[in-house]
Amino acid sequence: MKWFGEGPTRTDAIRGVSLDAYFGEMLYIIGPSGSGKTTLLSILSGILRPSGGTVIVQDREIWRLDDDQLAEFRLHTLGFVFQDYHLFPRLTTVENVAIPLILRRRPWAQAMETAFQFLKIVGLESRADLPPVKLSGGEQQRVAIARAIVAEPDILIFDEPTASLDGETGRRIVEFIRTKILSPARCIVIVTHDPRIAEFADRTIAMEDGRITGIVERAARAE
Amino acid sequence: MPSLFTLAFKLLVNDRAKFAALIVGLTFSVFLMVQMLSMFSGILLRASSTVLNTGASIWVMDPAVTTVANSIPMPDYVLDAVRSINGVKFAVPFYSGGALVKLADGTYQSVNVIGLDDASLFGRLPLVAGHIEDIYSDNAFIVVRDAEYNKLERPTVGTVFEINDHRSVVVGLAKAPISGLFGIPTLYTIFTRAIVYIPNPRFTLSYVLVEPKSVDRIPQIQAEVAHLGYRALTAKQFVRHITHFYVYQTGLGTNILIMTAISFLVGLSISGQTFYTFILENLERFGALKAIGAKARDLVHVILFQAFLTSLTGYGLGVGLCALLIALAKVRLPDYSSIITYTNLIFAFVMVLIIAGISSYVGIRKVIQLEPFDIFRG
Ligand SMILES: Nc1ncnc2c1ncn2[C@@H]1O[C@H](COP(=O)(O)OP(=O)(O)O)[C@@H](O)[C@H]1O
Ligand SMILES: [Mg+2]
Repeated sequence: MKWFGEGPTRTDAIRGVSLDAYFGEMLYIIGPSGSGKTTLLSILSGILRPSGGTVIVQDREIWRLDDDQLAEFRLHTLGFVFQDYHLFPRLTTVENVAIPLILRRRPWAQAMETAFQFLKIVGLESRADLPPVKLSGGEQQRVAIARAIVAEPDILIFDEPTASLDGETGRRIVEFIRTKILSPARCIVIVTHDPRIAEFADRTIAMEDGRITGIVERAARAE
Repeated sequence: MPSLFTLAFKLLVNDRAKFAALIVGLTFSVFLMVQMLSMFSGILLRASSTVLNTGASIWVMDPAVTTVANSIPMPDYVLDAVRSINGVKFAVPFYSGGALVKLADGTYQSVNVIGLDDASLFGRLPLVAGHIEDIYSDNAFIVVRDAEYNKLERPTVGTVFEINDHRSVVVGLAKAPISGLFGIPTLYTIFTRAIVYIPNPRFTLSYVLVEPKSVDRIPQIQAEVAHLGYRALTAKQFVRHITHFYVYQTGLGTNILIMTAISFLVGLSISGQTFYTFILENLERFGALKAIGAKARDLVHVILFQAFLTSLTGYGLGVGLCALLIALAKVRLPDYSSIITYTNLIFAFVMVLIIAGISSYVGIRKVIQLEPFDIFRG
C-alpha cells in the first residue's frame, strides 16, 4: 500500500496489491499512465518506502532493512533500467556501464574491462569511448541495459523500456532481453503500456487506479 | 586511488566550464587573501627592519615605546645602570633619529640617522664600499644601499652633502638585509656625532643594546631593567611588540583584515555558488547513483573529494600566482614590500578548507535529502 500526502489531498497510489514474481520469468506490469506502476516498481525494488504492507525478496523482508542495507540490497541484487535511462552525459559509454561495479568498489581498470565485455553483449563495443549523447535512442537503451546487467544481478527492473523508442527498435530490445538476458536464475520485471511488446511476457499483471485488475498467464505469447 | 574517486574526478573535471569557473574563483580568492597577508607581512617585517638589521639580543627602552622609529630618549645613567646589571656581558648606546639632508640640487630629503656606539660600533652593517675605520674621520657618514638609496641621488664614497646644515662626507656604503618601512634613506654614524648633528631634547639615549652573558640570564636582566623603570625586550619580543602596534593600534591591521575577509567571501560565494550549481545540475545523476545502490556515505565521499580537489588546486594556483606576481613586482619596484610567510600560507589554506567545507556541506545536504524515487519516476 502506498499513498502520497495526508488528509483530503491524499492520493492512494497503490491499494491492496499482492503479487509474486519468480526466477526465470519475465513479468509484465501494464496499465494506463498514473495507475501506479512506477510506484509499485519502486516499492518492490527498495527505492520508495511503502505506507503499509511488505515486500519479500529472496526470503528477506526488505522494508525492515535500514537505508544502508537497502542500498546494499539494490546494489547487489537489482539491476535498473530507468525510464529515461539516466546515463551520465560526461562519462563515456563504457564508464557509464561500469558504474554499478565502481559502486561495488571494483578497481577502475577491472571495472572498465568487465563493462566492455557487457558492451559487447549488447553489441556496442565500438561505441565504448563515446559519450552517450552521441548514441541513438536504441543504443542508449542498450547502454542502460548493459549497466543494469553488468554486476549480474538476480532481478532486473525495467520501467517503460520502450517508451522513447520507435516500435521496431523497442521490439528488438525486448526480444534481446528475452533471449539474451533472461535466465532461470534471473527474474525480470518490466513495466510498460506498450502493446507491441506484449508477446514476450510470461505473465502480465494489469493495473488500474492502484489496483491489480487481472493477471494473464503466458497469455499473449505467440511462439 | 579508489575507483569511486576516479569517478568523482571524471564527473567533476569533464564538466570543463564549471570546473574552470570553480578553479578561477578559488584561485582568485586565494590569490587575494595571500596577497593581502603578504603585503601586511612585508609591512610588518619592514617596520621592524632596524631591530632585525642591528642584531642586538636585548633592547632597553622607555616603556612607552611602540615602534623603533618612535624612540623616547632616556637619561644617560640608564646605560651605566644596565651595564652594572649582573649577567650583562656588554651594553652599548644606540641612537635613532630623523634629520634633513640637503641634496646637491638644493632639495631636502628626510633621512633616518642611526648612531652606533663609538667604541664598539655594535650593530653596524657590512660595507659594500669604503672602510669602517673612516667612520671616525670628521663629518663621516655611511649610507645604506637599500631600496631608498636612490633618493639621495646615489652618493658614492666622497660625496658631500649637508645634514641639518652640517657638512657631511660619505665614507662608505652599507648593505641592509631589510629595508625600512617609511621610504626614507638610512645613514649610519657614531653615537657622539649623531647627537651633535641632530638637535635633541635633554636626553639623547634612544636605546641601550644589551648582550647577556647567557640566554638564561635574560629574565633576570629584564626584571632588573623593569626595576629601573624601563623595559628590556629581546629582539623577538620587540618585533612582536612593533607588530602588535601596527596590527592593533593603527588602521592598518583592521583594513587588511577586512580586505582578507572580503577576499574570503568572494572566494566563498564564487566557489560555493558554482559548486552548488554543479551539484544541482547533477542532482539527477546523484539520484540515479542512489537508486542503483550508492550509500549516502559514498555520495558524501564523492562530493567531498570534488570539493577538496578543486579547493586544493585553486589554492596551489592562487599561491603560485601570488608568488609570481610578487617576484615580478620586486623586479620592477625594489621598494615593494610583500613576503609570503608560512603563517600566511597556513591561514589561506585553512580559509580554503573552510570554503570547501561550506560549499560541500550545501551540496551534501541536497544530495542526502534527494529521493531517488523522483528520479525513477522520470
Ligand atoms: N511523489 C508523489 N507525490 C504525489 N503523488 C504521486 C507521487 N508519485 C506518484 N504519485 C501519484 O501516484 C499515482 C501513481 O503514479 P505512478 O506510479 O507514477 O504511475 P504510472 O507509473 O503507472 O504512470 C499517480 O496518481 C501519481 O500522480
Ligand atoms: Mg511510470
